[in-house]
Amino acid sequence: MSEIVIVGLNHRTAPVEVRERLAFPADTVGHALRGLRERDGISEGVILSTCNRVEVCVLSDVGYKGVEHVKEFLAGFHGVPVGELSDHLYHYLGEEAVRHLFRVSSSLDSMVLGEPQILGQVKDAYGYACEFKAIGPVLDKFFTKSFSVAKRVRTETRVANSAVSVSYAAVELAKKILGDLTDKVVMLIGAGEMCELAARHLLSAGAKGILVTNRTFERAVHLAEEFDGTAVRFEELGTHLKRADIILSSTGAPHFILMRKDVEAVIRIRRNRPMFFIDMAVPRDIDPDANEIDNVYVYDIDDLNNVIETNLEERQREAELAEEIVVAEVAGFRRWLDSQQVTPTIVSLRRKFDEVRQAEVAKALSALGEADPKTRKVVESLAASILNKVLHSPIASMKRETDGRSPMEMVTAVREIFDLPEEEEEGAPEAAERPPEQGGTVGRQ
Amino acid sequence: MHTIPLKVTALFYLVGALAYLHFIFTLNERSAKVGRMLLLVGVILHGAGFVARYFAAGYTPITSLFESLSFSAFAIVCVFLAFELRYHLRVLGAFVAPLAFGFSVSAAFLPGEVRALAPALNSNWLPVHVILLFFGNAVFAVAFGAAVMYLLMERELKRKKLGAIFKRLPSLDVLDDINYRCLTIGFPLLTLGIITGSIWASFAWGSYWSWDPKEVWSLITWLLYAALLHGRMTVGWRGRKAAILSIVGFCAILFTFLGVNLLLPGLHTYTNLSG
Repeated sequence: MSEIVIVGLNHRTAPVEVRERLAFPADTVGHALRGLRERDGISEGVILSTCNRVEVCVLSDVGYKGVEHVKEFLAGFHGVPVGELSDHLYHYLGEEAVRHLFRVSSSLDSMVLGEPQILGQVKDAYGYACEFKAIGPVLDKFFTKSFSVAKRVRTETRVANSAVSVSYAAVELAKKILGDLTDKVVMLIGAGEMCELAARHLLSAGAKGILVTNRTFERAVHLAEEFDGTAVRFEELGTHLKRADIILSSTGAPHFILMRKDVEAVIRIRRNRPMFFIDMAVPRDIDPDANEIDNVYVYDIDDLNNVIETNLEERQREAELAEEIVVAEVAGFRRWLDSQQVTPTIVSLRRKFDEVRQAEVAKALSALGEADPKTRKVVESLAASILNKVLHSPIASMKRETDGRSPMEMVTAVREIFDLPEEEEEGAPEAAERPPEQGGTVGRQ
Repeated sequence: MHTIPLKVTALFYLVGALAYLHFIFTLNERSAKVGRMLLLVGVILHGAGFVARYFAAGYTPITSLFESLSFSAFAIVCVFLAFELRYHLRVLGAFVAPLAFGFSVSAAFLPGEVRALAPALNSNWLPVHVILLFFGNAVFAVAFGAAVMYLLMERELKRKKLGAIFKRLPSLDVLDDINYRCLTIGFPLLTLGIITGSIWASFAWGSYWSWDPKEVWSLITWLLYAALLHGRMTVGWRGRKAAILSIVGFCAILFTFLGVNLLLPGLHTYTNLSG
């Protein structure tokens, strides 16, 4: 019976050297997918390869043995002995695999919880599998479902709603203090890497322009060119400060370069238009007392880190809600998977009984000799009606979930009781029930 | 006759306010939508109630405390809905809708029967004077809500402990802007309200200004808002200072409206508790 299998490793189970060795660069994925499909017992496959994880998802027709096949494939493709890999690899089967992919797509398994990139990477992996025709109906449904689960997690929880990096925290704060950033000017004092990054984020969030100043004027000019901004001489900082709404500072100065009274003077000239100082220097550049001035906000690197910390805690809380959504969606998908197995069994069962019916009817009719058409009709409809009545309850039981038993258990029992053949080509998945598009709500089973 | 529909509208405002409060706690967009619908239905019923009472009484029904409180609630909801339409500031509902409920529910417990109009009130100036002032007050009520939100938000940002408020309230800039817009709308309404009142007084009592407690307090309120407007336009008062003055101004409005009537009897005492 076919089973979804995921084998892989991630940032938690393997160091970066191992992840590097097992990664599939984009130009090798097509070749790898072909190699994967050629293996016995693997009918569909998708390869997800990011800097933090490598995962191979397949539809295995040989159940658990599929795990070994994928491990051998991974080892063979990258030329690494299986023994060396085993410690780093994890594997998931059936319902566990479904849960795993749903969690990965929703970024609940990421290093930075809720980071948005992973969904795009899963979509790319799916895209490659489609392009190289490695995907079939089951994995196709599985992956598209995982996208909708990720979307649901995104809209129904706030797992990705808060900034968890210094530069995003700076942007988030700037927006809350200054509102719309489109008419705001950013000033960069010094050339720290983190400041540059924050400046870039502020500009991409819409800030209007950038002023750059540095002790070495050439460096300021160089940076200003990079940002399409204006360089300002360090000595003229005081006169240009009034133009800036957001000030990012990271000089190597041993003392404050802006004292409270300097800021007071500037805010007066600005007629109290608010100013947001982000001080990334250690030791600090801006007198923290300036934060007490009305309409002036001074955040140093520790303050920003505290903001991130709080946001991470919030994400953690929201992740619990997201996990509930995943649980409900896994149940929904499991039902669809089961229905995929139920339909061929029903077809098989009907066919077997139909053969019996035809044989017995033929026997009865020949025993009756030259019976009139009415008698023949009665015999035929008698057999058909007995067949329908007998089959009604096993078929209904297979379709129904009762007493916590999944339909799969019924399918297995029915196959054994009636000695049905293992493989059944008829009863295409299309005939089966489609999975619920929106999935169940939290708590619904 | 007016009390039953008023209780019904008060109920709409209450549930509307609860929906907005639910929205601010859970950030569930649907709650804000429900809140807006409830306030809208409430305000329509309320307006219909006024029209009915106008025809029953034969004068604009803003003469007793019952009628004034009820009209205040009506004006606040109207102004809030207009602001929401313009600025999409749903969280404001959590601050303003309870105020509207407070006014309407206090009115609902006062005697509300229609009485004969005192001679001095029998004038066409009545609706002009009172409606201008009440809508002015309602605009300042919205400014009050925005000012409270500003102070809460500013406190979090200054203390650098960002929590629930940071996530839920709009930016300081937007809140300050709302405060300013309210001032530029509310102040002319207040001024015109006082001028029309003064003209009416000259007809009714023979003098434009008689230093009656209500007039004194109206002047104090006017001066407070005038100072705020002046400070904003010339010195660049904004943010925290503007928010605090806005709150003080609204307290003065409340005292002029309620405190004076209940505590300081004067010419304007048509609206005491006995109706």
